[in-house]
Amino acid sequence: MIQANPQNWYLVLSTILFSIGVMGVLMRRNALIILMCIELMLNSVNLLLVSFSAYAGNSEGQVFVFFIMVVAAAEVAVGLALLVSIYRNLATTDIDVLSKLKW
Amino acid sequence: MIDNFLELTKLITPATLVPLFPLIGFLLIALFGKQLNHVSGWLASAMILASFVLTCFLFINLPGKSDLNFELFQWMKWGNITLSFGFLIDHLSLVMMLVITGIGFLIHLYSIGYMHHDEGFSRFFSYLNLFIFFMLLLVMGNSYLIMFIGWEGVGLASYLLIGFWYKNDAYNDAAKKAFIMNRIGDLGFLLAMFFMLFYFGGLDYLTVNEAASGFEVGTLLITSITLLLFVGAMGKSAQLPLYTWLPDAMAGPTPVSALIHAATMVTAGIYMIARSNILFAMAPHTLDVVMWVGVATSIFAAVIGMKQNDIKKVLAYSTVSQLGLMFAALGMGAFESGMFHVVTHAFFKALLFLGAGSVIHAMSGEQDIRNMGGLSKYIKITWATFLIGTLAISGIFPFSGFFSKDEILANAYNGHTLVWILLSISSMLTAFYMFRLFFLTFSRDFRGTAQQQSHLHESPWTMTVPLVVLSVFAVIAGFWGLPAVLSENHMFANYLAPIFADSKEIMRAHPHVDHSTEWLLMGIATLAALISIGIAYNFYIHSKLLPEADAETKGLSKWVANKFYVDELYDKLFVRPMMVLSDLFYVLVDKLIVDLLVMASAWIIGFTGRTIRLVQTGNTGLYLFLMVIGMMVFMLIQLVY
Repeated sequence: MIQANPQNWYLVLSTILFSIGVMGVLMRRNALIILMCIELMLNSVNLLLVSFSAYAGNSEGQVFVFFIMVVAAAEVAVGLALLVSIYRNLATTDIDVLSKLKW
Repeated sequence: MIDNFLELTKLITPATLVPLFPLIGFLLIALFGKQLNHVSGWLASAMILASFVLTCFLFINLPGKSDLNFELFQWMKWGNITLSFGFLIDHLSLVMMLVITGIGFLIHLYSIGYMHHDEGFSRFFSYLNLFIFFMLLLVMGNSYLIMFIGWEGVGLASYLLIGFWYKNDAYNDAAKKAFIMNRIGDLGFLLAMFFMLFYFGGLDYLTVNEAASGFEVGTLLITSITLLLFVGAMGKSAQLPLYTWLPDAMAGPTPVSALIHAATMVTAGIYMIARSNILFAMAPHTLDVVMWVGVATSIFAAVIGMKQNDIKKVLAYSTVSQLGLMFAALGMGAFESGMFHVVTHAFFKALLFLGAGSVIHAMSGEQDIRNMGGLSKYIKITWATFLIGTLAISGIFPFSGFFSKDEILANAYNGHTLVWILLSISSMLTAFYMFRLFFLTFSRDFRGTAQQQSHLHESPWTMTVPLVVLSVFAVIAGFWGLPAVLSENHMFANYLAPIFADSKEIMRAHPHVDHSTEWLLMGIATLAALISIGIAYNFYIHSKLLPEADAETKGLSKWVANKFYVDELYDKLFVRPMMVLSDLFYVLVDKLIVDLLVMASAWIIGFTGRTIRLVQTGNTGLYLFLMVIGMMVFMLIQLVY
């Protein structure tokens, strides 16, 4: 199924997805969007891992993907909880407002 | 478990109990001193009495030559060297044990009265018991290692007791001085032990003596070992040039001066040489050194003693002088004469110190004999016992000092005429300054303040009983070793003969002096002592002279009164350079190098922190940007390699 497409396509797709994620993280001000972009980056890596795993005929890569999914789920839970409490305090999710943590 | 317990109970014999009692006493009083309060004095005395009774039991039950030599447990083992913890009870250690526990008990009893008003009463007795424990360990050990433990332990107890009144800085300095000077000697002892361990493969007396007999007489190795041992003895027994701590040690309470700095601890050096008699007999050069150091110390200290005005300082210098006499005897190879003088000296010097304590007690703390006088009317028992002690130390027949001193002098006459002359002079000086002390303290009119006069009183019975008992022994102890002219059988020498038999063989001892010479020597000694007493009488009773005030002394007598400025010399030679050196190192090494390194590393870390924290702006966008940059750097690195 995966092998139906040439491997390059997966590489290109995941690179595009990853770059979109990075650009989103760098350009957007909204913390919620940034979190979503991080998820995008993680999933682009997942896609790469799965495709490599399938071509190499080695299931280790897929195990890794499950692992990343679990960690990402936990990360999102914590991240969203932080966001909610930030919003309650500051009535905004703009990261430029969050500049108090410094020397 | 039960086996272990049975094993332990086997260790409890009269011999092990002797040092155990003072140790238990020390622990009890040290832990529960506050609760025991004034009971602690009686408890401590009872412990020493128990040890004394057991020692007497051993003394009676140790037949002939069969020494009690047993191992308690194995301590360390490496290679083919085994060090064990064991005791050796033979005639030599028994003599010392009798002196330590017997006189120790009397002095404990005396201290109950003397220290009664002191706030550190319990502390005092715990230290005293600790001292007795270590002293017993010193003489009972069957190896140099055990002796060294005791040796260091008595040094510690001495330090604690000299600085007993720790609120006085001068007393603390005296304590430190004693400890440091002793450390110099201890280094010699320690080095000697390393030599023995290396060349003889063991430290117990049997191994050492056996291994040493494989060497030739006068070998460099034996000479160096004995010289190093003698350095240790010099420190502990206050010989030239390490004697200056002993007069200062009089800062401690008077019973301490009597017990530690007159009767027992300072004789440890003599015991050590007597114990190593075979080693010393094999090193004739060392024996010469021992003899001459002893003679020089004896004369030197006696001269200083003539000009001292503090009652305890006079006695302290006389102790140094008498110790010198003992070392001279050891140096001549007359080990049993040296030991005999240790025993008689322990009695009469303890008596004199306790008498001095009683005088100080009566005089409300006054120690200067220029402010005393006429005390014979007020404190009769002290006066009488002090007179006996003074006669004994001056060597008047039939007091104990006469016999032991005469024996040493006879030995000196027999082969070392110059030594005999010098020691006779030293004895004359001793008789002079002791009677100077006696006349100024007890005769003529009272010279103290009216307040002191109204307060004059005889001491309580706990103090006078030890005085009386000691004075009895100061009279009769000499009969334990009557000279050949008076008795066929020198009991003391015979008692110790088995211990010194081998060394006598090595040294090929001189034949004894014939009887007419001995009578002559005794006559000369007595006459010399009587002349000295006469001179002292003429000066201080007949001509009513008084020692001049400190400011008025001049010329030679000022030199003598200031102890030949030896303390000042040591201060200039050793203490000051040491201070300068430590100042130098403080500035050069500590301030310049160590501090610089520490401060520089602190500054570098601080600077880096101050600089790098500027990156933390609080702008989340920047953080994210830096994170991405970082990831790209890692990727680049990955690509390049």
